[in-house]
Amino acid sequence: MKSGSVDRRDFLKSAAVTGAALVGSAAAAEGQTTPPAPAAAAPASAPLAPREGDPSPEADIVTTDRPGGDFMVDVLKALNFEYIAANPGSSFRGIHESIINYGNNTAPEFITCCHEESSVAMAHAYSKVEGKPMGVLVHGTVGLQHASMAIYNAYCDRVPIVVMAGNSLDATMRRPGVEWAHSVQDAAAMVRDFVKWDDLPWSLPHFAESTVRAYKIAMTPPMMPVLIVLDGGLQEDPVSDEVKSRLRIPKLTLTSPPQGDAGAVAESARLLVAAQNPVIIADRLARTPAGMTQLIELAELLQAPVIDQGGRMNFPSQHPLNLSNGGRGLIGNADVILGLELTDFWGTVDSFRDSLVRSSRPLTKPGTKLISITAGDLFMKSNYQDFQRYPEVDIAMAADAETTLPALIEAVKRAMTSDRKTAFEARGKKFAEQHANALDRSRSDATYAWDASPISTARLTAELWNVIKNEDWTLVSASGNTSNWEKRLWRFDKHYQWIGGSGGAGVGYGAPAAVGGALAHKKHGRISVTIQGDGDFMYAPGVWWTAAHHKIPLLAVMHNNRAYHQEVMHLQRMGNRHNRGVTRAHIGTTLEDPFINYAQIVKGMGVYSEGPISNPNDLGPAMKRALDVVKKGEPALVDVVTQPR
Amino acid sequence: MKNYLSLAVGLFGIAVAGPITAGSSPQSAPAPRTAGPAPQQAGAAAQQQNANVPAGNAANGRKLFVSFGCYQCHGYEAQGGSAGPRLAPRPIAYAQFMKYVRHPTNEMPPFTEKIVKDAELTDIHAFLRAQPAPPDVDKIPLLK
Repeated sequence: MKSGSVDRRDFLKSAAVTGAALVGSAAAAEGQTTPPAPAAAAPASAPLAPREGDPSPEADIVTTDRPGGDFMVDVLKALNFEYIAANPGSSFRGIHESIINYGNNTAPEFITCCHEESSVAMAHAYSKVEGKPMGVLVHGTVGLQHASMAIYNAYCDRVPIVVMAGNSLDATMRRPGVEWAHSVQDAAAMVRDFVKWDDLPWSLPHFAESTVRAYKIAMTPPMMPVLIVLDGGLQEDPVSDEVKSRLRIPKLTLTSPPQGDAGAVAESARLLVAAQNPVIIADRLARTPAGMTQLIELAELLQAPVIDQGGRMNFPSQHPLNLSNGGRGLIGNADVILGLELTDFWGTVDSFRDSLVRSSRPLTKPGTKLISITAGDLFMKSNYQDFQRYPEVDIAMAADAETTLPALIEAVKRAMTSDRKTAFEARGKKFAEQHANALDRSRSDATYAWDASPISTARLTAELWNVIKNEDWTLVSASGNTSNWEKRLWRFDKHYQWIGGSGGAGVGYGAPAAVGGALAHKKHGRISVTIQGDGDFMYAPGVWWTAAHHKIPLLAVMHNNRAYHQEVMHLQRMGNRHNRGVTRAHIGTTLEDPFINYAQIVKGMGVYSEGPISNPNDLGPAMKRALDVVKKGEPALVDVVTQPR
Repeated sequence: MKNYLSLAVGLFGIAVAGPITAGSSPQSAPAPRTAGPAPQQAGAAAQQQNANVPAGNAANGRKLFVSFGCYQCHGYEAQGGSAGPRLAPRPIAYAQFMKYVRHPTNEMPPFTEKIVKDAELTDIHAFLRAQPAPPDVDKIPLLK
């Protein structure tokens, strides 16, 4: 038997409109279901007749070649999704099957994950590399629960992801048992506080419209994850001729990102040109390579120092005006500070002391003008507090900073005078000298504990740089704190060489983000590397199997300090503050007794590995061997026992 | 899930730590607000003062440096890091060291007499003084 049965949703809609009497009629007319019988009294020993709305026990339609999931795949293809990451779940078995068979598992290709947190974090990093969303499928209820922290990270990091969650809405169509436990009235409620938009499509045309809308909303700054809930019936049931006649995929037109108000731009330019000590600070600025190019142009025009807070790859690490390590001194001396997509403007210009009596003080001198350009001011929710403390700025442009920079650059050019230009040149020379001194100091600082074991993070970083510096490399993730050695010693000068961090500081992002970033870089032939924290590794290590299974080239170097080091320090702080000492601060914060052999773990999942390495002289050769594996298109991991930071 | 305030708790951390605020997670991007290790060693005057301090037991000081968790912020060799500045091989003056550990002015946990004895601090200071100088940067090819 082929398709042609009534679409369940349309069937129900008809019933709602035309009344119960027509329900049986409609079903009978199709000749494929048993008309519902009234639930009249029956002998106790006789089987009860099905109630109205129950699935028919005698349906003889057993196949369809036109399930709703196929059209869903058409929509995903129209939106140019390259991959869909998922841990399989029966609530989306319909679209899963359509992706791999009807869609031929190509664009989108199904990426098999072992945890929904991995799926979302992979998509998180992929989206930042490619500048467009990756799709994720999560199982009803429990899958979305698993995914929730990673969704929150992406929300905080202002990254677009299209998450689709399975669900089974019609209670009378659910399989007994597990399907009930995994069904929910309002699936999106669980994550609604930290997705930008969600919907529960009630028909396939609705799915098309909502998915295109979701994509557009996700891609409008401030970019964020969106959620579409997929009813199981909608995926699996045949598409009726009537519905088929209404199927279309709306045109996607992305929103032009908002640019700062012309008056505010002009006033900002005036302040910047007149300033004696302007400082530019960028965090999630450069969504695209253009953002980095524009920031370079603005900084060079003004010969102003740049502090790159690292939320994106904003500014070349070895540009003479990069004074990212000069933070406090520059801020304290500034008369104008331009903040570009700062996550925390207040925390940038104020210090906060976490002691028994908490205190804070401004880092800026009185009268310093603060200019903010951020799309964050355009969209904010109240429950989760990632918006940070209220910053008292002088000019606040609710706009996308990258989109605003060209206008600001032109305004600065217009405001420039020859006198100011001369002053800027002198200023630039001073900062270039400071930058060169800072670089020399970094090299000198790296010599301390150079031959130590556990291996210093400076040594680890220098050894890794030596291996990759002549490759087309990208640092896709860096979990665990390595004292910023990468930015101090490496030459970052391409936008794709860094994509920022997790956003919400939810640990467990590092490993899957590295794999997802590497997946995006794969087709570009880049060597993806990551410095992998041990605590982060242990959240969902199955992602290393995903890397091996899908042959994702990635060079991972463990920063294995055998602790949740940040938490050790918090415990030390508490122990001493309470005058009880620090000697028990390791309890609950360390990963020892037994030590974890990360090389062995990933080896068991098909990943080439070396280590654990404690002798710094063994590091370089091991990294080179691992790189050879990566160049063949596979992941490799080098486990390194390291100093805390 | 956890409190990811960026910590800069180290001895004399005030000079190297950025604003101690959220946003510079140790699990995420290298945080620009926490500058890398910066020397917190004393100049010639302090070294002069250090010449006249109790000798202490450097070997025991190394053990104490670990058992009291100093290495967590300053590194096993006291080389410093983003959480705490470098302390060795030329530590600050002994008297200043003894005073600061008891009453830190930044975010370093206070180590009272109940937690660590003067004699133990003396041994730790001896360990810091005894740390060897690092190799010459020009003789390390990877740092050229």
